[in-house]
Amino acid sequence: MVAGKMKKAFALFWQGGDSTLPGYRLSLTVTLVWTGFFIILPLFALALRPWQNGFGMVLNELHDTRMFAALWTSFSSAVAAALLNIPLGLFLAWMLVRGHLPGRKMADALIDLPLAIPTAVSGITLATLYSPRGWLGAPLSKIGIDVAYTRTGIVLALMFVGLPFMVRTIEPVLKNLPHELEEAARLLGARPRQVIGRVLLAPLIPTVITGFGLAFARGMGEYGSVIFIAGNQPFKSEIAPLLIVVRLQEFDYSGATAIALILLLISFLSLIFVGAVRKKLSVWTSAS
Amino acid sequence: MTRFFLWCATWGLIGLVLLMPPAVILAEALSHGIMPALKTLQDPDGIAAIELTLEVTVVAVVLNTIFGILAAWLLTRFRFPGRGLLLVLVELPLSISPVVSGLVWLLLFGAQGWWGSALDRMGIQIAFAVPGIILATLFVTLPYVVRTLIPLMEQQGRDAEEAATLAGAGFWQILFRVTLPGARVALFSGVLMTTARAMGEFGAVSVVSGHIPGLTETMPLHIESLYNGYQTVAAFTMAALLAFMSMTVVFLRSLPDFMNRTREDPS
Amino acid sequence: MSVVVENLIRCAPGSERILLSDVSLSVESGAFVALVGPSGAGKTTLLRAIAGLDKYDSGTVSLNGETLASIQERAGKVGFVFQSYALFPHMTVARNISFGLDVLSKAQRPSASEISARVQELLDLMQIPDLGKAYPSRLSGGQRQRVALARALATRPDVLLLDEPFGALDPIVRRAIRTWLRALHDQLGLTTILVTHDQEEALEVADRIVVMQHGRIVQNASPAQLDEAPETAFVMEFLGEAVSFKGVIQADTGLFIPDEAGVLPFATSCPAGPAEAMIRPFEIFPENAATGGKIALVRHGRRNGFLHYSAQLPERSVPVFFPVHTKHQSISDSCQGLNIAEARLFRNGQRIV
Repeated sequence: MVAGKMKKAFALFWQGGDSTLPGYRLSLTVTLVWTGFFIILPLFALALRPWQNGFGMVLNELHDTRMFAALWTSFSSAVAAALLNIPLGLFLAWMLVRGHLPGRKMADALIDLPLAIPTAVSGITLATLYSPRGWLGAPLSKIGIDVAYTRTGIVLALMFVGLPFMVRTIEPVLKNLPHELEEAARLLGARPRQVIGRVLLAPLIPTVITGFGLAFARGMGEYGSVIFIAGNQPFKSEIAPLLIVVRLQEFDYSGATAIALILLLISFLSLIFVGAVRKKLSVWTSAS
Repeated sequence: MTRFFLWCATWGLIGLVLLMPPAVILAEALSHGIMPALKTLQDPDGIAAIELTLEVTVVAVVLNTIFGILAAWLLTRFRFPGRGLLLVLVELPLSISPVVSGLVWLLLFGAQGWWGSALDRMGIQIAFAVPGIILATLFVTLPYVVRTLIPLMEQQGRDAEEAATLAGAGFWQILFRVTLPGARVALFSGVLMTTARAMGEFGAVSVVSGHIPGLTETMPLHIESLYNGYQTVAAFTMAALLAFMSMTVVFLRSLPDFMNRTREDPS
Repeated sequence: MSVVVENLIRCAPGSERILLSDVSLSVESGAFVALVGPSGAGKTTLLRAIAGLDKYDSGTVSLNGETLASIQERAGKVGFVFQSYALFPHMTVARNISFGLDVLSKAQRPSASEISARVQELLDLMQIPDLGKAYPSRLSGGQRQRVALARALATRPDVLLLDEPFGALDPIVRRAIRTWLRALHDQLGLTTILVTHDQEEALEVADRIVVMQHGRIVQNASPAQLDEAPETAFVMEFLGEAVSFKGVIQADTGLFIPDEAGVLPFATSCPAGPAEAMIRPFEIFPENAATGGKIALVRHGRRNGFLHYSAQLPERSVPVFFPVHTKHQSISDSCQGLNIAEARLFRNGQRIV
């Protein structure tokens, strides 16, 4: 029975299902070779490397407090930035879709700016902008807020790069919410505040969680835009990706790989989380 | 009144958060006037960095576009066991930290890597050299063409290609006459995203590059070393150039919206 | 060119669900065949299998006695019109139509002037002579339909396959295109197979109807045969409104005795046993119509040349139609009983003969 199923699955794989369009073998070969070399092989290397020097080395890595400090810095900053981006993203998406904003097209294009500016460039720019002598850093330090070379700086940088993810996730869903919903709610006697809270924001919750997951995953691994503003002091403002680079400079490949694996694990978990939320969302959007 | 206040708040926010950084780049680059800024671009290491960036970008875009088209064809036109896994795999680089994307190539081709020393004996240098930079860039830009093509091709369905097959067209004829023209806007957008990411990639390239000025420094890496060397004007001039290139590429994506109104189905 | 399908079996990929269950069908050259059935019956699946668009698990499809294995072997010989039309949106109408000629290898391809002459010939044939330069998105549904047909015919195929070709059209255009399509079929001497879920359309346009259900062919007959002798209760039901009466065929008298009071028995040569009589509302005849009869007749108005009544049986009411030109005044009130002698008899869903 099982053998029969396997045989059938193999036959399907070999023939490309029931489609008779040409090019199956060619595209399959190219895709397998390319993903095999560029994705499966590197992941294998990453997964196997820490064990290469024996099990003891792996246990050793787990005593590395600097690693955990760096992971915590990345994690907490990414969570904070993603959380702070939720109200910002909701507000901007709302204004773009429903706000009748003058210059809406322009504003819409500008939202992608953080994605368009290379990370190294945003890194040095943000560091300059928020430095004690910078345009925004100077007034902020006058009221006692130090941004550059602190965790605050990390969070601000991550908010900058994460904002487009949040807006772009919410925007299409908001756009697709039919106007009839509001009208129906109003006809049923809901007050404007109730319309916004119960009819418009409530369906956005899964979307917001998806956006949060994406912005968080991006923030957890972010490197270029953060290192210039972070100050990079071990145990204080050193992010995990930077510690990987430090370990590599010390020729500690096992140490670097251990951090990389944990980072990978965290981003997989957040991907799975986003996937689960999307599944829930699909219950809401398609009746069948 | 409320509405006016909201408008001001929105544009204020956009100005503060989104427009301030580009303004800073220009202000810093031009802090001593335009001539000193332009002069910094004549530095041979800077020119080498620009050349390397363009070279790496071209290779990454060409190879990943070819792969992306074939993979999208495979994943949207056929239903076979293992398709779901492949769909996840081709998007994977998007959720991997750039630094990790560089690290994996050191694990394979670095001095302590699996094949590094063997290749070294044959005189082939991959890590801390241009091939490593290309590999890392190919890795991080792998998903962009596929992931923009797949939703569109899925939505368009197979009817047009089946009609073409029955009319006697072969694989390449279908691809070049039916599929790609039909998906040209998505393809264009995917290629541009690949280009932007390839030009601006920093973390992954930084790990595998070795930072040899004039040899293995791409534009983002060169910006970093200029900035860390307190050559602020030069760093920001290069940054302005790179940001300009990248932003142009990203904003070009909305070009087809303006150009193809007549041909597209209005619905 | 004849189309012969033998023992075609197809399962849904990766599962045991059967889409086509041992289907055999023979379509002679020049025939116009309609595949009908409810959705999910396998009509489109069968059509796509004939076109080679989907792989099947076993069985053969042959054109003119020649077995065709791959879609490539069918290229140019089989014209297919998709339900969505599948016009190439980035090509003009002319380029769409000439596609099958443009993709030929240099040696086989006609010259550019021959191709454009052929395109114009087809545009004229489709009665859209001036649309060559237009893009498909600008066309109406009926025009797209004609372009799709022209594209399918460009390589001079002998077999034309149409998947729900009228589905997206409004009723008036639908009727016009249907008549025109039939004329085109006769004019070009094509062999045409059409899929539709609309049985009236099928009865009107085709000279053979193939009724499908659950991935099988239930009946393959001419419209007249189908009407006279539907193979199963499902076919009877599917082809038009039908009223069914349960009852028993008596062995000694040879009469069908309905269970319901007010319905008259009738003589039959069918073997005895329980049976179901099915009849169309216009075939029911009220006996001894007069005022003060046992069964009241309530008038509901007229449609399509018929007066619609409902006969009030004790348990339910059944529809009864009369042609408008009959003298209906005499039966307008009530009758003594319903004569259903025209009914077909079924046992376990199969027609009894």
